[in-house]
Amino acid sequence: MYQYNDFDQAFVRGRVKEFRGQVERRLSGALTEEEFKPLRLKNGLYLQLHAYMLRVAIPYGTLDSRQMRRLADIAERWDKGYGHFTTRQNVQFNWPRLADVPDILDALADVSMHAIQTSGNCIRNVTADHFAAAADDEIEDPRQTAELLRQWSTDHPEFQYLPRKFKIAVTGSQNDRAVTRAHDIGIRALQDSDGRHGYEILIGGGLGRTPMLGQVVRSFLPKEHLLPYIEAILRVYNLYGRRDNKYKARIKILLHETGLTLLQNQIETEFQACQSRFSGIDSELRQHIEQAFAPPSFVAVPHDQFDIRMTGDSAFSEWFKTNTAKHRDNHHAILTISLKPVGGTPGDATSSQMRVIADLAEQFGYNEIRISHEQNIILPHLPLGHLPQVYDRLRDAQLETANVGLLSDIIACPGMDYCALATARSIPVAQEISQRFDTLRLERKIGPIKIKISGCINACGHHHVGDIGILGLDRAGVENYQITLGGDASEKARIGKRAGPGFSFDDLIPALERLLEAYLELRLMPEETFGDCHRRLGSEPFQRALYPADVQQAA
Amino acid sequence: MSRREQFWVITSNHLIEGDAIWLNNSGDWTRKLGEAKLFDDRDSAETALMTADKERHIHVGAYLAAARPGRDQKPEPQHVREQIRTTGPSNYFHGKQATASDVSV
Repeated sequence: MYQYNDFDQAFVRGRVKEFRGQVERRLSGALTEEEFKPLRLKNGLYLQLHAYMLRVAIPYGTLDSRQMRRLADIAERWDKGYGHFTTRQNVQFNWPRLADVPDILDALADVSMHAIQTSGNCIRNVTADHFAAAADDEIEDPRQTAELLRQWSTDHPEFQYLPRKFKIAVTGSQNDRAVTRAHDIGIRALQDSDGRHGYEILIGGGLGRTPMLGQVVRSFLPKEHLLPYIEAILRVYNLYGRRDNKYKARIKILLHETGLTLLQNQIETEFQACQSRFSGIDSELRQHIEQAFAPPSFVAVPHDQFDIRMTGDSAFSEWFKTNTAKHRDNHHAILTISLKPVGGTPGDATSSQMRVIADLAEQFGYNEIRISHEQNIILPHLPLGHLPQVYDRLRDAQLETANVGLLSDIIACPGMDYCALATARSIPVAQEISQRFDTLRLERKIGPIKIKISGCINACGHHHVGDIGILGLDRAGVENYQITLGGDASEKARIGKRAGPGFSFDDLIPALERLLEAYLELRLMPEETFGDCHRRLGSEPFQRALYPADVQQAA
Repeated sequence: MSRREQFWVITSNHLIEGDAIWLNNSGDWTRKLGEAKLFDDRDSAETALMTADKERHIHVGAYLAAARPGRDQKPEPQHVREQIRTTGPSNYFHGKQATASDVSV
């Protein structure tokens, strides 16, 4: 894992000191809220419905045990004993007091963490495949690229006041687990026929009120050209991106209004100019970063106990089959720890749960932890022989829910229970869905499916790219939920389409029940997933289930 | 409800705690919506809001929220968002619902 050098450490400490002074001046009345707000947002501090919210960056979703323990300590000391992991691979604390935030930031700096550029119109925390360096389908570790981008973009003087926020995601695999087509820039590692490493670069993806998928702007970018090329994209966007209307300020709108060919030409011209400014320091830096991400030496441990449990303990084997993915080393597994217990809040972990995960990573998992954009926690390298102990300890901490990739593995934004922008609640919808389908015992029969819930049009819950997307809106002071169908977040990305009129909070769950019962009737075989079935049949038969004549009349 | 029958309260977030507060009859801030002053005309509510908005070392982002008179004519929230601000989130027993009722601003 990349370790801060003296420069990084001094920079982060300096920012905390600066922010401490700003908070003091705000509390004394020397700064007005108008003056203070942009300063607090630069440090990830929002004001929500009930309290401030601090969004802490977890670069490319990677952290170690020491950092996870520190998050647990912060949650316990300054918050309400839990943290909320988000679709940006960040963690949010929902209850800090303004006066305590500088101390929290100092506590984060102790373990090389911060909240810089988690808000505001700048380049945000760069996200990456949460299975990095463990997946067997990987061309290269995407975190090397993400870390290089982090160092380049942090406090980049030219890109602190972009037209709007800017999100970058990196994948090192053909199988896209980082939703690269829904980002301002999506970066996909490639290898050409000569074995040279490079990237496919996409621009103009984004969800929100105008969902669009990224388009390829460069089909093969040699690796050494990454920073000048990305800088060229940012320079063109910074110059031509609209500043007259915040809803039209993202690069996706610039792409839409300019057209791909013209924008591509502008970027290429700028790239030629940028190249001369990069002296090669980025390539030297990259070599250093690559060394920092050298994979651990995987050590196999005897797995007799694992074999016994797989045949004799159905709960264990079910958990193994559902929550682990194939590791590149045959004696290891990638474990996804579900933060979606039945009736729970998606993405929340208590301090004690965080400590259990930290202990397990340290003891068994080469000290590596990842946060996924699907709001779960990953232990990327676990020897099979240790899985029985890991499972037992997770079970003791109520972290053994075996539902990864299934119906109750729901993405949900904080919604109107916390968020000042939200128009409806998301969390109770997720809770009710998981409870209802647990009662019906249909989850395993339904099989792999992605349900994603956003509490407003900004789409933090990625509802556009769910098999079933749920968007909560405000209709004259009452919550109303629209359903979209057919979205896909993978390398086959697709924006879902709205199925029809929205549902009240009370009518939503019965509607979903009708929808999923229809799927069970319509599928050709159990292996045909909801997504495949929808691709084959389109939305029409599902709309009939959502809006049957008798229900419409009753309404 | 016609426009004539609309009622309003003045609400904001506390500068340090960040929690919801309301302006009461004495012109001070309270952490309980039930103690808030209920305005029955928008003009006087807006005038009071302008005065309240000057105390920016105490609170952040004051605005008018629609309310209705409930039991004993005490204000009750009209919008689900304001209901959530008044009680707390629905997923945990946190926020106002869990706080001692006599915490002053």
